[in-house]
Amino acid sequence: MNSAPIDSKDKILYALENQDTTVTFDDPLENEMVLNMGPQHPATHGVLRLLVRLDGETIVSTVPDLGYLHRGYEKLAENMSYHEFIPHTDRLDYLSPLANNVAYVLAVEKLAGIEVTPRAQYIRVICCELARLASHLVWIGTMAMDVGAVTVLLWGFREREKIQDIWDLLTGVRFTTSFTRVGGLAQDISPETISAIKTFLEQFPASLDECENVLIKNRIFIDRCEGIGYLSKEDTIDYGVTGPLLRAAGVDHDLRRDQPYLVYDQLEFDVPVYYDCDVLSRFYVRIAEMRESYRILRQALDRLPSGLINTGNPKRILPKKERTYGKMEELIHDFMLVNFGINPPIGEVYQAIEASKGELGFYLVSHGEGYPWRLKIRSPSFVNLQALPPMLKGGMISDVVAVIGSVDPVMGEADK
Amino acid sequence: MKDSIVQKITAQFPSSIVSVNEYRGELTILVKKQDIAKICSMLKGDNDLCFDSMRDLCGADYHRPDERFEVIYNLYSLKNHFRLRLKVRVEEQDLHVPTVTGVWKTANWHERETYDMFGILFDGHPDMRRIYMPEQFEHFPLRKDFPLMGIPGSLSLPHK
Repeated sequence: MNSAPIDSKDKILYALENQDTTVTFDDPLENEMVLNMGPQHPATHGVLRLLVRLDGETIVSTVPDLGYLHRGYEKLAENMSYHEFIPHTDRLDYLSPLANNVAYVLAVEKLAGIEVTPRAQYIRVICCELARLASHLVWIGTMAMDVGAVTVLLWGFREREKIQDIWDLLTGVRFTTSFTRVGGLAQDISPETISAIKTFLEQFPASLDECENVLIKNRIFIDRCEGIGYLSKEDTIDYGVTGPLLRAAGVDHDLRRDQPYLVYDQLEFDVPVYYDCDVLSRFYVRIAEMRESYRILRQALDRLPSGLINTGNPKRILPKKERTYGKMEELIHDFMLVNFGINPPIGEVYQAIEASKGELGFYLVSHGEGYPWRLKIRSPSFVNLQALPPMLKGGMISDVVAVIGSVDPVMGEADK
Repeated sequence: MKDSIVQKITAQFPSSIVSVNEYRGELTILVKKQDIAKICSMLKGDNDLCFDSMRDLCGADYHRPDERFEVIYNLYSLKNHFRLRLKVRVEEQDLHVPTVTGVWKTANWHERETYDMFGILFDGHPDMRRIYMPEQFEHFPLRKDFPLMGIPGSLSLPHK
């Protein structure tokens, strides 16, 4: 048997009989691999990088890697006046720049103790809700596309395009709005803009129903989203998650109602809450939120008071540019405000709003100078992304894109 | 609300509170840093206060000889809809603060960010790495002595 092989048939028999069969595997299913997803991946919504450890198709663990879009806004803010930072807030959550503008100036106004006129407050509410609609419309499209439905992407972007046309009328630009000012707004809302918003609102519920129906009446979409990305209510709170994700986990919390800012306490709206903690309930929450935004916009337009948009505190509020050309006082104030800033009193404040992604807050420390001593951006995407690994754990590799879509991160905000 | 928070902290940690401050309706309590994890744990576990959600944690550099840094904890109670700011002061010579990741899981990334930006080390943190800047970066960008334009050559270019 162990003699040397003679012909080819014997060679094969020899090889078969002498093969080493003593080799054993401790665990025959031990075949974990590490998959690198991103930062340049169409489904990670920006430059998010995930390192996924897989056992077959099951996710064992995930490590998100951030910082690819880190621009050091907090450092920049310490080196510029309060007004100069407003355009930078556009670049945080670039899908809802108006809401960021509002959140930032609310923090500065709280720090400086400035009261804003009712008209400006109502216009700011309109800004926030339009931003929420625009952001959620991008979300519905991209999230549906991540799970394979392309139609809704086009419908969502079509509606968002109308909102951007309204922003064009309202602020002068479509995307990076920089619309708010400390103590007011850059310009008043025109009757043309109001009628454009009304025209948009008239057709919006039907369009939203259309988008919703094409998804929730689709068995594939429901099966794809139901039960994945689960994160329990306790964990959701523990991870500091806010916004639609928190409300989809059965927590009835909305800063607009619980710690009212602007004029939200005078407006009537509901806070939608779902209890399933999965991707599908996050979908339902955001759809319901868009309907509530519609209601808020309707009321805000109906009750929009007349009056000024800027309060009469010339030491703190930038004058109209036209007036600085011909008026001495305005020229002096403009010079002082631009060169030395608004110098809020020594102190520190934190002001948060319910942005489309969650709680967007600004923590400001003033040393009485024109520049903030410290500015901290509490960005909802950053915090919500931290809850991604427990959501993905134990799930399938194909669910990663759906779960990221349900978290709806914007990396401009997460990376600051 | 303010009184009951201060009372409960003083009852359990008699010498912890350094100062209590209220500005623009926001309550700030400065506490000693060695007790911070225990105070947080008490504030979360207390049935009346119930600070179950930590919203933010950040550092600040005051650029002064004593107690140069501060770590700021922004807590929120979902039950009472109340916001509380806790602060601890950190000496430049001793940059260690007890971690609160055992109290709230969300503290993990916030503490990593604070380490990344200020170099404050959180004792007991499970994963004390940088979060935004590259691992080989040697500086702490949000310190006041770090120049706005950056330090030339501090970010190494990729090489073979």
